[in-house]
Amino acid sequence: MAQNVLLKIEHVTKIYGRKDRQFTAVKDINLAIHEGEFVALLGPSGCGKSTLLRMITGLIEPTSGTVYYRDKPIKGVNPYATIVFQTFALYPWLTVLENVALALEARGVARSERYRIAERLLDTVGLDGFEKAYPRELSGGMRQKVGFARALAVEPELLCLDEPFSALDVLSAEALRGELMELWIGEQLPIKAILMVSHNIEEAISMADRIVVMGKEPGHIVAEFAVDLPHPRDRKNPRFEQLLDYIYAAIAGRTLPEISEVGTAPGTPGPTRILPNASVNALAGLLEHLRTSGRQDIYKLDDELGLDMGDLIQVIEMAEMLGFATINEGDIELTPLGEAYAEASILTRKELFAQRARRLPMLQWMIQMLKVAPNNELPWKVFLTALLPEFPDEMAERQLDIAINWGRYAELIDYDDDNELIRLDLSNGRFEVESEVQKAR
Amino acid sequence: MALRQRVFRSHIQTNQQFSISDVVMLLIIITILAIGMEAALSSPEIISGPDIRLNLTALPLYSLLSIGRMFFAYVLSLIFSIVYGYAAAQSKTTERWLLPLLDILQSVPILSFLPVVLLSLTAILPQRIAIELAAIILIFTSQTWNLTFSFYQSMTTLPNELREAAAIFRFSRWLRFRIVELPFAALGLIWNSVMSWAGGWFFLMAAEIFTLGNRDFRLPGLGSYLSTAANKGDTSALIYGILSLVAIIILLDQLVWQPLLAWAERFKVSQVEEEHPTTSWFLNGLRRSGFAYWLREHFFSPLFRRIDQRLNQQPHYIASLETENTAKPSALRYIFLSILMLGIGYGIVQAIDLIASLSPDDWLNIAIGALATFIRVTIAVTIALIWTIPVGVIIGTKPRIAAILQPIVQIVASIPATALFPILLLGLIDLPTGPNIAAILLMLLGTQWYLLFNVIAGASAIPQDLQYTTDIMGLHGWRRWRTLILPALFPYIITGLITSSGGAWNASIVAEYTHFGGQTSKVVGLGAVITESTEVGNYPLLLASTLTMIILVVIINRIVWRRLYRLAEEQYRLDQ
Repeated sequence: MAQNVLLKIEHVTKIYGRKDRQFTAVKDINLAIHEGEFVALLGPSGCGKSTLLRMITGLIEPTSGTVYYRDKPIKGVNPYATIVFQTFALYPWLTVLENVALALEARGVARSERYRIAERLLDTVGLDGFEKAYPRELSGGMRQKVGFARALAVEPELLCLDEPFSALDVLSAEALRGELMELWIGEQLPIKAILMVSHNIEEAISMADRIVVMGKEPGHIVAEFAVDLPHPRDRKNPRFEQLLDYIYAAIAGRTLPEISEVGTAPGTPGPTRILPNASVNALAGLLEHLRTSGRQDIYKLDDELGLDMGDLIQVIEMAEMLGFATINEGDIELTPLGEAYAEASILTRKELFAQRARRLPMLQWMIQMLKVAPNNELPWKVFLTALLPEFPDEMAERQLDIAINWGRYAELIDYDDDNELIRLDLSNGRFEVESEVQKAR
Repeated sequence: MALRQRVFRSHIQTNQQFSISDVVMLLIIITILAIGMEAALSSPEIISGPDIRLNLTALPLYSLLSIGRMFFAYVLSLIFSIVYGYAAAQSKTTERWLLPLLDILQSVPILSFLPVVLLSLTAILPQRIAIELAAIILIFTSQTWNLTFSFYQSMTTLPNELREAAAIFRFSRWLRFRIVELPFAALGLIWNSVMSWAGGWFFLMAAEIFTLGNRDFRLPGLGSYLSTAANKGDTSALIYGILSLVAIIILLDQLVWQPLLAWAERFKVSQVEEEHPTTSWFLNGLRRSGFAYWLREHFFSPLFRRIDQRLNQQPHYIASLETENTAKPSALRYIFLSILMLGIGYGIVQAIDLIASLSPDDWLNIAIGALATFIRVTIAVTIALIWTIPVGVIIGTKPRIAAILQPIVQIVASIPATALFPILLLGLIDLPTGPNIAAILLMLLGTQWYLLFNVIAGASAIPQDLQYTTDIMGLHGWRRWRTLILPALFPYIITGLITSSGGAWNASIVAEYTHFGGQTSKVVGLGAVITESTEVGNYPLLLASTLTMIILVVIINRIVWRRLYRLAEEQYRLDQ
């Protein structure tokens, strides 16, 4: 693509927190967006794609690195960009027409003029007749149309879409995607480029010219894919399906060496791998599904299981981490252990899970600490404090919650909510040797 | 259920017990008090009060005067709360200092300031102006804290995407305030205004009837009308006075607050249609009336458009919402801090100087008084608990009874207890323990409604399925209360108790020592020490007793209420 570069990001990093408690949201990102391009940013939740979008629009200042717009570093909010928000961000106390006209008022457009433009745009997106309605009277799809009309009203050069379809029902989302593509392909918009953040791979392939895949811990760019299929795109096209597989592999599959795979224990050198936020129930559901379906494309799973793609990735990560499944080029398959789990009785499942879970560095570390503690118990706060240097606040708490949940199910540890104490679960002989040593003392 | 939203919930910070900023804020308050005392020393010996006429024709004027004071104080409170709340929500630094200050200010018994404020103002200003100003300051301090917390909370809970949209669409500061921040805060501000006015009447009445020996601080108004009528035993004037007070409160509710609340429905952020939105017949009437329409089209709309044009400067530059903080504290801040330190230092020296002159007997008096008032507060709150829990549960869980009782309860609750105090005294002063009973009754009257409303809110919030489960398990009587009702009510009761006990301490200042019909109604108590020391001009004792009350209330808040509140929040919340 030989067109002009509209936006360029150089070595952009964003770090949250202060001195000893830092959390890197995105690290050293380089990216360029050209005129006439539709770029999609894809990645699992927590990979910093929304942070990146906000730095591009100037809502957030990068900790280091520079964002250039038409070769000039941007200061403050970029006046040539607008955002269509995931949650619409309409002002509920204003009518549809007022919401759109307001964007023009802020830019100093005269009163009669701004209502004329707003009405025309509402016409364009098919909302004529709803000018006097309040947002709460509209369906999600219609609200997002207002969001689009408002964004288009200020004639931006760079239109940023922050997961604009993910809060809509499937049909409305599909319809709105089609309408946007019609306007974009038909060059009926004054827009020079579109940048869309998404976690829906099919959506990205069906719309974008280029897909940038991000990974997490910290957010970084994993891979880029050019989509050279003609519009409108056919999802049955083999090339489309191939792209789906590649991108899933890039997001879900990891080709990292074994050690960093499970991470290190908190407090020791090396990154502590984040426990995926998934429940034991969801894991069992996934494994049972895979037992009947065999090896499968991951992208088909979210529909079949009725799961949000973000949640699905978390469960898959959990299965992989525990050694119940393997991932290969966008496909997932049960390991023999996973097969055994799916077929086992409730108690055997527990046993299998416990065997694997106690090898995870996080749980291993907790068990180790509890073993040497008086009465084999420690306050919840102690663990949280130890985790705080590794994770940002809420995340540390969530990680501990997940570890407690898994540990409780595995009957490795016990949690006393009244006193906020974590205890070694000695009731079932999993720690026989150690507890006898304790008694001997 | 309409009352469900009316939870009288003061903002409570649950983090630490005491912090540096708390101590600094207490010192600042001591400074203000000490400097106030200094000024008070030169207060005139004799202040003559107004003649209060008891004929019916005087009532409209008195009512207008009272409403005027309330209105003026309310406007001040509103402006203050928006500015302060805005400032507190601006940055972490401002938040760290402004919030603890607010927290202490709202737990300070406001009436304990009244004597000091009155005396110091009369020393420096013409008498009538000083007394009016003192009344307004008093009402202001009773109205403003919850408004401020409400606005502050709105500013910190404003959905991020609304803020981002405002930035990305390049709203000017004015537009951001008018379109985003103010509408978002509106509903909370209006609900809290209703509360503030209810509290304001209590203090207005107290301020209007305040006398100290030769100093008559009374103001012409409904409060002094009632007290004069009671003093002279004029029953018909008493009845007219009470009736016009009730009428004013009901009219304000119907013509101002209900329409405002109904109108503010549009500012709800929830994206679903409300099933039972607040409605107002008056607002509906206004919306239909041609005159209101004309007024809007030809007066308000053009006016607002003009204001918009004037204030809506197009911004050239919109700063990022999250910037990398590299700024260093400026020299200005150090100068400000050193001036503050000097001021505090001076105040503390003054205060110590005053307090050092007290004899051990005085301290004993204060200690005994504090204990007596503590017992009185406990009795009042206990009585309130005993009757409000069963009544509140009945109203809260039985919609049919609620439909009949709620309006009555609301009207009765809206009569400020201080207005009834002269009447109470009229009936009780000649009994052997009359003054004691009257004092406890005044505390009770002033505080039981908070509790009742909270219990009703809590009872109506008990989920139906939990009630069914309790029925199915066959739990009745006491066991039902122990397993379901009391735990479910616990957070609401605690919230109510915090406000109630604070109010009861406050009331002790007017309740424990009053002149009535030529007699002095006096009981042993901290409130009595404060009022009496003002009357005889014993400033060291006044300072010491006022400080004792402030510190006691703050400590009880922190040690008892905060702990219980945290427990309630963590263990007994039903809506998890």
